[in-house]
Amino acid sequence: MGVKKSDRREFLKRGAALAGSLVAARTAVGQTPDHTEHTPVAPGPDAFLRGSDEIVAYGKRSRFVTSVRIPHGGRASPDQFGLDFHIATPLQDSVGVITPSSLHYMGTTRGSFIPDIDPEKHRLMIHGMVDRPLVFTMAELKRLPSVTRMHFIECAGNRASSRHTTVQETHGMTSCAEWTGVLLSTLLKEAGVHANADWIVAEGVEEVKGASSIPMAKAMDDCLLCYGMNGEPVRPQQGFPLRLLVPGFEGIFNVKWLRRIKVVDQYYMTYNDFGHLTRDPVNAALGYQIGPKSVITHPSGGQQLPGPGFYEVSGLAWSGGGRVARVEVTTDGGRTWRDADIRGTAHPMAHTRFSFEWNWDGKECELQSRCIDELGQIQPSRAQALEFWSTPEEKATSVKGQDNSIQPWRIASDGSVHNAII
Amino acid sequence: MRLSSLLPLLLLFGAAAQAQSPTYGVGRTPTASEIAAWDISISPTGEELPPGSGTVDKGSELFLSKGCAGCHGTTGTGGLAPRLVKLDVAADADPWDYGRVLPIRSPYATTVWDFINRGMPLGAEGTLTPDEVYSLTAYLFFLNGLLPDGSTLDRESLPKMRMPNRDNWAQVPDWLPGKPRLEGYPY
Repeated sequence: MGVKKSDRREFLKRGAALAGSLVAARTAVGQTPDHTEHTPVAPGPDAFLRGSDEIVAYGKRSRFVTSVRIPHGGRASPDQFGLDFHIATPLQDSVGVITPSSLHYMGTTRGSFIPDIDPEKHRLMIHGMVDRPLVFTMAELKRLPSVTRMHFIECAGNRASSRHTTVQETHGMTSCAEWTGVLLSTLLKEAGVHANADWIVAEGVEEVKGASSIPMAKAMDDCLLCYGMNGEPVRPQQGFPLRLLVPGFEGIFNVKWLRRIKVVDQYYMTYNDFGHLTRDPVNAALGYQIGPKSVITHPSGGQQLPGPGFYEVSGLAWSGGGRVARVEVTTDGGRTWRDADIRGTAHPMAHTRFSFEWNWDGKECELQSRCIDELGQIQPSRAQALEFWSTPEEKATSVKGQDNSIQPWRIASDGSVHNAII
Repeated sequence: MRLSSLLPLLLLFGAAAQAQSPTYGVGRTPTASEIAAWDISISPTGEELPPGSGTVDKGSELFLSKGCAGCHGTTGTGGLAPRLVKLDVAADADPWDYGRVLPIRSPYATTVWDFINRGMPLGAEGTLTPDEVYSLTAYLFFLNGLLPDGSTLDRESLPKMRMPNRDNWAQVPDWLPGKPRLEGYPY
């Protein structure tokens, strides 16, 4: 046995040496791994990873995958105090519809340290206009019937401007995850909500104890108290151990590090609510639930097409109003639109992947996508949105209110891709 | 009688039955003092406001001693943190031209009290006493010309304060599942 083992080790060692010399040979002649390459041997790895406790315990992505989040909106995150502000997800590298938990976008109402919560000590209280105020431990919440759902969360400030280069800058403040938890309605029924209670106020434990007023109709419809995210506990930056999910509503409603839900009979005008304050009823109505929206993630700004030929135009569509019903794509700057294919299932209030088969002729052109949701809401062009808000296009750097307008990408004749917002 | 016409009735009784008794019996009942300790939400009508009172004078001292001025500027403007005093506009200007300034734009005085109480000062959030919060709130209202010098605020007077935008803001619309955001809006 021992001899055999030793033989095997020797064989492996020789194999590794052989692989190493092949690598050296390939590097020496400076071949690039494209379709013009003719190698006398089948391709294989340049090296092998040794097992490590780290890789065994939690796994690790390839060192060749370098996609990362970036601070959003020109403000350092973390800042000099270690406070997190806004962090954008790298949509340009996204595949499918799930945002990996470590790449999920993040926002805080005022720069925040991330609460470091022992889940054993965490509690959720439901009180106010209820028959039975209740306090739950995390273990108790996990005893209750659970649901698992796909939902996006998008920051209200996720707006594109002509200054942006990549889709991470224009649209990186939206992400989608598989969320697991208890329906808020389950707990509200357990507590027994009074008939005249029209609102809830949900509150987190971060320094500012961020709180938002949410209509009872929404709370009873589909809000979720989440402890799970993409198959594991919710990440600290996403509200560990418990966050509220308000599907389709602007990001700020999705209270993280949730500790308290107060059932009330009026809009509380919390500081978060004050952030939505407007005297324009149209703006108030639109700045609440996310509108129908989509963006092409490949090809997108900053990417490079190697040359004319076939490409799958791929992107994400979503709406706070429900399922994505249809996505259309134009490759001629909006003159003609054709249906894209929906890849996989269009879940309500979830990122939905679309794709469009395209042969690029090598000439300059402009790609756009347009989302139509199950309510019949249609994603507007930037010109339509600006016209609606009566903003002269030459002056506008951003669409007023919540911006769900169409993103144009210009493909130059050299294959480079550019933000086409003027 | 068809079943479908009975359905609303059944749902009604079902809901009533659910409201009367818990389904799962999981979770415990908090004590009244526990609820009081956790509950820091202040409604526009102010019923949760604690006893105590504060003055503009004390507020102006606290604004310096608690470090507010360090971020918001000694006069309530000019710092890194959001400005706390209205823009310098004409006396008869539209209140919406005062800028996005919490202690003047908010329709309710309670929002100002609530946010100072829960979220200030930076790094020592939640450490101010009710008297200190009343004082700082009074001082911010003084800075914005809403209260004269020497004024006092307490749980009775604070919710009664008439803010310039009290009735001049757009209520968020009733939310209903499966409805577009705005009737007649195509996008």
